[in-house]
Amino acid sequence: MDDRDTTIICRCEDLTLRDVQRAIDSGCKTLDEIKRLTRCGMGPCQGRTCRPLVSAQLSRVLKMHPSEITMTRFRPPTKPIKLKALALLKTEAGDEDHD
Amino acid sequence: MTERAQIVIIGGGVIGCAIAYNLALSGADDVMILEQSYLASGSTGRCGAGVRQQWGTRMNCILSRESVRRFETLNDTLDYPGDIEFKQRGYLMVAHSQKEWDQFQENLKLQNELGIPSQALSPQEATEIVPILNTEGLLGATFCPTDGHCNPFYVTDAYAQAARRLGVQIRTQCQVTGIDVKQGKIRGVQTEDGYISTPIVINAAGAFSQHVAVMAEVEIPVYSERHQILATEPVAPTLDPMVISLSRHIYCQQVPHGSFLMGLGDPDELKSTDTGHSWQFLHNIARHVTELLPPLGELRMVRQWSGSYNISPDSQPILGKGGPEGFFLACGFSGHGFMIAPVVGEALAALVLGEEPPVRISQLDLGRFARGDLIREPSVV
Ligand SMILES: Cc1cc2nc3c(=O)[nH]c(=O)nc-3n(C[C@H](O)[C@H](O)[C@H](O)COP(=O)(O)OP(=O)(O)OC[C@H]3O[C@@H](n4cnc5c(N)ncnc54)[C@H](O)[C@@H]3O)c2cc1C
Ligand code: FES
Repeated sequence: MDDRDTTIICRCEDLTLRDVQRAIDSGCKTLDEIKRLTRCGMGPCQGRTCRPLVSAQLSRVLKMHPSEITMTRFRPPTKPIKLKALALLKTEAGDEDHD
Repeated sequence: MTERAQIVIIGGGVIGCAIAYNLALSGADDVMILEQSYLASGSTGRCGAGVRQQWGTRMNCILSRESVRRFETLNDTLDYPGDIEFKQRGYLMVAHSQKEWDQFQENLKLQNELGIPSQALSPQEATEIVPILNTEGLLGATFCPTDGHCNPFYVTDAYAQAARRLGVQIRTQCQVTGIDVKQGKIRGVQTEDGYISTPIVINAAGAFSQHVAVMAEVEIPVYSERHQILATEPVAPTLDPMVISLSRHIYCQQVPHGSFLMGLGDPDELKSTDTGHSWQFLHNIARHVTELLPPLGELRMVRQWSGSYNISPDSQPILGKGGPEGFFLACGFSGHGFMIAPVVGEALAALVLGEEPPVRISQLDLGRFARGDLIREPSVV
């Protein structure tokens, strides 16, 4: 155990610096690849907390400027929303039904 | 100096990686995968990764049955240090119309004849497997306990790692921009980073396969269509099988991580390789799913994404030779390419190397459209 095992990078998905480092060691060069192998950034906060930390770590390891690290796509919603609320939503296009 | 390869595979999705592994396993040298982004960045990494054997055509039943056998032991076969997370908790296919129910009876006959352990269930029996199922208007269901789902990133990674160990070169962030054809033969591929000379090219470019085919002067009758997925917050295990309704065009599953994933086949979806999202989708999927599985109304959605189906005229893949000598196709999977990847990988490798494939796939060639020998699958979402 060292600091890397106790340093939490993604609190939503409970991932440590070690988990992220392992993904980088296995060849991940982008935030998207790390996200898909570790789930880092897939939690309820949509990566708002962990994304800056992971990109900092990537830029350190790959010796790139942080601005060169491509951000992952931002995926709706901004806040978690219940399915029953979505089900009631009336959309502009009206109530589509494909039965 | 020109770079050389014996076989170039365009596309690093599950299909390209499975083919590469099987080629190398059968002794092919100098196999190269060229991927424009990263591995599994295309449809593979965006898919539901469901694996079902409850199909309505002999071909799909056999391809998926044989693939299930391989998924069951894939961690060992590929010596994967991780786990592909193949969970066999079954698929429950629900029927709300007489037409659907009649089709299911026919499908069951075929499936059972081929050794697939699917069975018919009354609405009551269906709720024993899925207690949260709304039985209103339900005529019955079919269930196959050995169906399931995997983690698509890990399956692709497992094939890629095993392929690399056997000497396959995998280049990511390397887009193919042209294919060099002379006198009806493949000579090489042009990439962003230079020219690679090769006598054989395999088109496993997923949603972009029609564009890649044009580079080799072949027209293939496929188009790409957006399909979206909604993911919820993770919760305690509540749903064992994948639940799917063909007439409502929906499927819903709970993945090992605890999230529910649900998708919808919308006839009005964009016909393109676009991977954006829409509000209408969220509303439609939430409405259908909360009707079928009411307690899920309480769950919170945390994410939505989309990917492409690459669709052929009979909803079946196009596998085999096409166009110039040395050009092979592995595309048009029409929304069910993940689940048959293990067998497709073996079959394509065998075709390329002139060996006998494990399953007869000659009917899936490009020529079937000209011959009018279509194999229409009645049971797609
Ligand atoms: C929402 C959704 C749900 C699905 N659910 C299921 C399911 O439950 N079960 C199932 O079996 N299937 C499912 N599918 C279908 C499945 O995802 C596909 O059939 C399968 O992943 C196809 O794999 P592939 O390797 O052919 O394609 P892809 O994974 O798309 O791989 C093709 C690769 O080629 C690359 N490429 C393209 N053009 C070029 C070029 N010029 N140069 C270099 N590289 C290039 C792309 O970047 C891409 O990575 C689903 C699909 C979607 C979108
Ligand atoms: S902290 Fe990583 S997703 Fe929320």
